[in-house]
Amino acid sequence: MATTVHEPPRIEPPHERSRLSAGSGNGGRSLVPADGDLRRIKDYSPPPSATGIWVVMASITMSFLAFTSALIVRQGSASDWHHLTLPRILYLNTLVLLASSIALEVARRQVRSFMAGGRHSAAYPTRWLYITLFLGLLFVAGQYFAWLQLRAQGLFLATNPNSSFFYVLTAIHALHVSGGLGGLARVILRLNRSILRQSTLDATAHYWHFMDGLWVYLLLLLWMKL
Amino acid sequence: MHDMSAHVAHHAPPTSFIRKHIFSLDHKVIGKQYYGLALIAVLVGMVLSWLMRIHLGWTNYAIPGLHFLSSNGAPGNVMTPEYYLQLMTMHATIMVFFVLTTAPFAAFGNYFLPIQVGAEDMPFPHFNMMSFWVTFVGFVVLIASFFVSDGPTLGGWTQYAPLSAVGAVGGPGEGMGVVLWASSIAIFCVGQLLGSLNFITTTLDMRTKGMSLWRLPLSAWGWFITSCMGLTAFAVLMPACILLILDHVAGTSFFVPSNLVLNDQLQPHAGGSTLLWQHLFWFFGHPEVYIAIVPGMGIVSHVLITNMRKPMLSHRVLIYSFGALAVLSYMVYGHHMFVSGMNPVSSLAFSFPTLIITIPSTIIVLIWMGSLYGAKLHTNTACLFALGFISMFISGGVSGFFLAQPSTDIMLHATYFVVGHFHMVMGVAAMFGIFAGTYFWFPKMFGRMMNETLGKVHFWLTFVGAYCIFMPFHYLGLAGNVRRYQAFANVDYMAHLVPLHRFITISALLTGASQLVFLYNLIHSRFWGKPATDNPWQATSLEWSTPTTPPPHNNFGDKLPEVFHDPYQYGVESSVGDYVMQASPEQVSSGHDEA
Repeated sequence: MATTVHEPPRIEPPHERSRLSAGSGNGGRSLVPADGDLRRIKDYSPPPSATGIWVVMASITMSFLAFTSALIVRQGSASDWHHLTLPRILYLNTLVLLASSIALEVARRQVRSFMAGGRHSAAYPTRWLYITLFLGLLFVAGQYFAWLQLRAQGLFLATNPNSSFFYVLTAIHALHVSGGLGGLARVILRLNRSILRQSTLDATAHYWHFMDGLWVYLLLLLWMKL
Repeated sequence: MHDMSAHVAHHAPPTSFIRKHIFSLDHKVIGKQYYGLALIAVLVGMVLSWLMRIHLGWTNYAIPGLHFLSSNGAPGNVMTPEYYLQLMTMHATIMVFFVLTTAPFAAFGNYFLPIQVGAEDMPFPHFNMMSFWVTFVGFVVLIASFFVSDGPTLGGWTQYAPLSAVGAVGGPGEGMGVVLWASSIAIFCVGQLLGSLNFITTTLDMRTKGMSLWRLPLSAWGWFITSCMGLTAFAVLMPACILLILDHVAGTSFFVPSNLVLNDQLQPHAGGSTLLWQHLFWFFGHPEVYIAIVPGMGIVSHVLITNMRKPMLSHRVLIYSFGALAVLSYMVYGHHMFVSGMNPVSSLAFSFPTLIITIPSTIIVLIWMGSLYGAKLHTNTACLFALGFISMFISGGVSGFFLAQPSTDIMLHATYFVVGHFHMVMGVAAMFGIFAGTYFWFPKMFGRMMNETLGKVHFWLTFVGAYCIFMPFHYLGLAGNVRRYQAFANVDYMAHLVPLHRFITISALLTGASQLVFLYNLIHSRFWGKPATDNPWQATSLEWSTPTTPPPHNNFGDKLPEVFHDPYQYGVESSVGDYVMQASPEQVSSGHDEA
């Protein structure tokens, strides 16, 4: 996810500009001022955000592995585990989140094709990014609705260990999805201002798909009776 | 986590005071902020240890003014048993998190990692700034627990459940104190995760032309490997803290078992697992030991090589050994739980890798010793502290062999033997690494030299003092002196050990007081020290190639350096002397190129 963001050339002092464009491989820079032309914006080489997003995903994976092992141990430690029936809306939410990933992928391909000189205008992928954003928000709202349904059944955070884990896992996942929504909003903003880099979009997309996969994993974990 | 790299490398020099010194994006300022935080934390932690030591030597002694700290904990200035445990918990938490993690890793790493790889800054400067301020907030939250009604938590820095999870019924500080403790640590984890993100991407993506991974100095390798550990370890501690907080504030039962009766009250929890907390905690806790020590190993190697004027016997084997420590550190954590009631088969499974991990540790020490053999050593203060690090690491590490085996550990685990072991191998050794780094890099950070005479006085007082304090701990442990007790005089078999405790207390007070020499040297040299040249130690790595000292805002001025050599080209003949700098294109005859 390379998110290096390009600074508009007008605020770069001239000597900085020449230095930045003089980079070479092995960590050197290859950032060329683009004068507002999206197609000419280049990334750092290699883009730190491409590495960074994997670092982020590794750390989130570790956190959810810790939660998973806690869930497994807790489930086996006493007989008070009452397996709850998942609210049906979760399955609909899953479809919404998967659809958002598809929409984001469509947007990403269009941006890539546009940057490579294809025929789409930059406004075209923006539409798909808005659709992704909307579906993401719908997912978070849907999760909230699922919590309301559980509350209506009298299942609260402390009711039994299964409901505790349900609320904790879904809430922390929703928090991470909200971070992804912030990232998407940032991508849209940058695309509109013609200062988006491909690496920024790629990193956001990786993160978003990761949230997708993580949700499917959590759903299985909560659904399965281990 | 998204993309802050927009500002990478070319955020303009700040002009306002706030941007320059407080909410700075400059990795050098952030490094100094971390150092300052660690300095405040270590002073607080040291004063707490003095209070505990005085109490251990003279149990009923009224420490003047102690009731100002806590009127409940010290009525008439005499410490209550509970308050002793509260101070012990805070001493350990402050030292482990806010000193041993913060100074060698976050402080020096922030300042020097980008410079040593030849970058203008870290790729995500906003996250870097956040990482410091989040850590600072974590420290404030922890210190705030001194000021809540029943004071800070008394559960020890390991916060074993169920005591830590039952709330106020567990004793003073077990209510709000634990909530603040767990919140502080969770916040600290966020800061360290943000820091690790920057450290890893800096090392992998920001290296300048010619700087291959093998050409990184050993200090940079230390920080890189530590950040990989931090990324995985703190990511596990944070969920554990969240679950612990929920057991307190939301009435969940993650860690509290059924039918627990405390103070004649049946606890309203059911079915939780106390061992679960220990597993989650120590999965972080053991890597944390290496998070504290591996940066020190890198710094010490870096300092020693410069003063030996020759490279280590093997640059690569040292790096592989650092890596082996990191990987194995996740497989050994169960050795902290030999007496926890864990299945004995698990104990055996954890004992084996614990013995294995001594192999990379031994290799590292042997490489240091072998490289030192026959070297014409420049014994400046930084070098002395680096040697002191090795001494402490060996002395403290040897006792690890006994503790690695369940059969002997069961005898020694709850005694001062363990206290002596970890204080030497992790605490004092890491402190010596911090001191070595401070004396070595101070000229670059502040443009002035530290006073060498005062530095040497500081070293010898600290070195002798540390041995006087922590060596007797091993004897106390073998004599059966249990740890975490606040008084021994009334226990027959321990009463005769009290004089030794008094000796330790006096040593601790004197050694602590001798740190004033360091503090004076630090502050005096900062303002009135002899001006430093760009490369006072005639060293080779990139931090000594900056155009000014301290380095300019973007580290290298108009042109990023290009790297032509391995990091430690000493013992060669060049136009500048017996070394050639990494950024110098000069070709020399007899190098030690290994990469």
